[in-house]
Amino acid sequence: MARAITPRRKLMNTGFAWAVGLLIFFPILWTILTSFKTEAQAIASPPIFLNFDWTMENYSIVMERSNYARFLWNSVIIAGGSTILGLIIAVPAAWSMAFVPSKRTKDILLWMLSTKMLPAVGVLYPIYLLFIQLGLLDSRAGLVIVMMLINLPIIVWMLYTYFREIPVEILEAARMDGATLREEVLYILTPMAIPGIASTMLLNFILAWNEAFWTLNLTAVNAAPLTAFIASYSSPEGLFFAKLSAASTMAIAPILILGWFSQKQLVRGLTFGAVK
Amino acid sequence: MATKASRSAARLMMAPAVILLLGWMLVPLIMTLWFSFRTYLPLRGGDQGWTGFDNYVRFVTSSAFWPAVLTTLTIVLSVLIITVALGVLLALLLDKPMWGQGIVRILVIAPFFVMPTVSALVWKNMFMDPVNGLFAHLWRFFGAEPVSWLSDAAMPAIIMIVSWQWLPFATLILLTAIQSLDSEQLEAAEMDGAPTLKRFYHIILPHLSRAITIVILIQTIFLLAVFAEIFVTTGGAFGTRTLSYLIFQRVLESQNIGLGSAGGVYAIILANIVAIFLMRIVGKNLDN
Amino acid sequence: MTRHATFGVVSALAVMAGTSAFADGHSKTITIATVNNGDMIRMQGYTDTFTEATGIGVEWVTLEENVLRQRVTTDITTKGGQFDIMTIGMYETPIWGSNGWLVPLDDLSAEYDVDDILPAMRGGLSHDGTLYAAPFYGESSMIMYRTDLMEAAGMEMPDAPTWQFIREAAAAMTDRDNEINGICLRGKAGWGEGGAFINTMANSFGARPVDEDWNAQLDSEAWANTLNFYTGMMEESGPSGYATNGFNENLSLFNQGKCGMWIDATVAASFVTNPNDSEVADSVGFALAPNSEGVDKKANWLWAWALAIPAGTQQEAEAKQFIEWATSKDYIELVAAKEGWANVPPGARTSLYENPDYQAVPFAQMTLDSILSADPNNPTVDPVPYVGIQFAAIPEWAGFWTEVSQEFSAAYAGQQTVEEALAKAQAITNEALEAAGYK
Repeated sequence: MARAITPRRKLMNTGFAWAVGLLIFFPILWTILTSFKTEAQAIASPPIFLNFDWTMENYSIVMERSNYARFLWNSVIIAGGSTILGLIIAVPAAWSMAFVPSKRTKDILLWMLSTKMLPAVGVLYPIYLLFIQLGLLDSRAGLVIVMMLINLPIIVWMLYTYFREIPVEILEAARMDGATLREEVLYILTPMAIPGIASTMLLNFILAWNEAFWTLNLTAVNAAPLTAFIASYSSPEGLFFAKLSAASTMAIAPILILGWFSQKQLVRGLTFGAVK
Repeated sequence: MATKASRSAARLMMAPAVILLLGWMLVPLIMTLWFSFRTYLPLRGGDQGWTGFDNYVRFVTSSAFWPAVLTTLTIVLSVLIITVALGVLLALLLDKPMWGQGIVRILVIAPFFVMPTVSALVWKNMFMDPVNGLFAHLWRFFGAEPVSWLSDAAMPAIIMIVSWQWLPFATLILLTAIQSLDSEQLEAAEMDGAPTLKRFYHIILPHLSRAITIVILIQTIFLLAVFAEIFVTTGGAFGTRTLSYLIFQRVLESQNIGLGSAGGVYAIILANIVAIFLMRIVGKNLDN
Repeated sequence: MTRHATFGVVSALAVMAGTSAFADGHSKTITIATVNNGDMIRMQGYTDTFTEATGIGVEWVTLEENVLRQRVTTDITTKGGQFDIMTIGMYETPIWGSNGWLVPLDDLSAEYDVDDILPAMRGGLSHDGTLYAAPFYGESSMIMYRTDLMEAAGMEMPDAPTWQFIREAAAAMTDRDNEINGICLRGKAGWGEGGAFINTMANSFGARPVDEDWNAQLDSEAWANTLNFYTGMMEESGPSGYATNGFNENLSLFNQGKCGMWIDATVAASFVTNPNDSEVADSVGFALAPNSEGVDKKANWLWAWALAIPAGTQQEAEAKQFIEWATSKDYIELVAAKEGWANVPPGARTSLYENPDYQAVPFAQMTLDSILSADPNNPTVDPVPYVGIQFAAIPEWAGFWTEVSQEFSAAYAGQQTVEEALAKAQAITNEALEAAGYK
């Protein structure tokens, strides 16, 4: 039964929540607005909020200077590829942890998470040398593998928590009917786990998209994603707020749009299935 | 319930993930350990041989070591406290009935989608710049002297930037947890005339403990590795040099791979101490 | 998941990843790592001209300076082979050259006229007399000042002022109510940012970072004088938050008319006099970098951004072709024809300064004078064991001088005293030089 609430109270809630929401969103909004200003307007004092001459100039400068499409495509491939590859490896692992748990299952899970705590800077040289040996430098394949390994613990863990929510009785019934292990996973488990898998994919796509250490240090041209794109706009000479804003907007817009459209799944993904 | 066959099948299914992660952990780790015992100066003739524990001693006795550990822990702890506290408040607010709840939720979640490099650049230049930054304009508007955030208040500034990035994450997890709270229970408490604060302490907070655990666990993993935010904003100056930044300086700026690798080993040890500590809490809280 | 499905997805991924190879298929393409400075970005705009003339494609990896250094250093020390040309400076070139990591540029064509490169630049980019990188542009540092504010303050800038005069003039020009700071200087941490500036200033106060035997000298009185003078002057007349200002921050302050004087790279002259970027373009004057009274070393440095070829590249001939094009007299004329003489890359070639068209550019002569007065072999009053002005050309410098400059920046921000900063700097320097085996 819903609690009765006075419209007045609701109005207050609404006003307050919107104020807080806009405050948190403001830096992004400001970046987007600034990207449509001229450089002079971008640093005008007092700052101009809306009544400036909207211009696309910054975007055309950025487009002219950098091959945005290639950076974007690389980001998509690396984030998408690593997520898919990660799922292929993580689904069986998470399945077995969830349905055939042993005493060590939790230790293994926590150990997997702890591999994420290795400081990336400390192993840059070893990894770089390995990549040279394997011929993986500046290749999307190499980055797909690294991103997959970095996010694998999170994928396994999220899937594990989803799978655990699936009632075991269904599986047992299927087994009674003579379903093989493979059929069990493929026809019963996977369909039931689709929402969880979707959420996991989304979250990992975002994490891989935003990773900025390995993607910057292991690429040059062919595999450089948007994180490398933004590294060329960080502090050029002269006025650069507007151009920086345009480049920033271009770097975050795809993921922002994706995130907003798939908000529901994502929210579920962010909860790691551990919160009901 | 599990048969022997399904057990071995389960092991087989787990194997790729475990082996890959083991490799991902061990190969660099062994290489790092190897380098850490050697004098390895790429710009001065490369690998110059065995040096025992010299690198370890030098790294830990350097005047920069303990401050760096302290800075790392300060950033992790402060961000955790801020995001959890504000996250709970925000979640409580967003749970209330209102118009346009979906849009507000989108606004709150947005910072999570922004690359750390981008958010550091945007905050540094467009907000914290002491001359042209928006904060400087705001301060001047109120007749105050603009603050040079990234020098005079570098730690608070970085903590703020990182908190902004992670607040959406905390808020969403906590919001989902609150929404699952049995509203009848709350209503009953309300009818009993229990004051708001008491309701919060006795009903809401215990219910959230599991969600808070998740927030702390996941965020700690990411916060220990905070790098881009510092690289872009202060470059480690003004007391913002974390352990991973110190290693970066040794490895890349000083080109001393041996010394940096020894630092890497210390960082791994620190991470493991934090991990064990975390696992203790998490293990208990995740069981049910 | 079936093995088939797994295989399918994996090979799909491999195909997607493999498509990256198409870029370097048949026609030759070279990869160039460069810094995102204005002149470099302009050069990228003319890439097509080069490709049309030679049929060689060019891929640019443009990065912010700090990221670039990190990226190319990792690649060269591990022989990663990611780049055919790297943009490096006067600091890296002799060190890398002596390690045999760079292709010697000793067989450049006659029409390139290697003897036309300014001797100071050529010397700084060579090791044992062999040129390892060709200068794209070169710079020293000098004073840029607002002629209108100087006049309003009732003062006149001599061609070669002293620090004492600068401090007085800065105080006279400062008008904080109107956001005018008498002087803007670098304070940002980093060996190539504030660290470089303060070192040249120390040179002009008779200080030196180390003595002949590599003992740190940062606890000397001359260093204390330098830092106290600097912080005192910046307190009186500098912008707020100067401890985080580097080249770019000061450039944008100056262009907005918020600085009376600015002592920085000579290349900035073309930016501050460009009416498109600068609000004060028509009232900028130039003077030689100052020295302290009684010291005959001036506070000006010497630097060049140069193009070098890492040893082991598959495309050495093509890379050389590009370098010859980008640092040639023809390239300078190409830019001059399209964008005017003020915008050509300065400081690299003697012939540029002999060109009457270029001599008409207001900052040309002062730039040349500044470059000519810088002497990397003799940077300080008392002798030092290294070559270089704002840096010592040893591999360890970038690391420990960055840490030293972080201590200085903390002092500028008022978080510690000058004495504390210098004591820490002394310890850092000795620690680093000891670790590297200098003593």
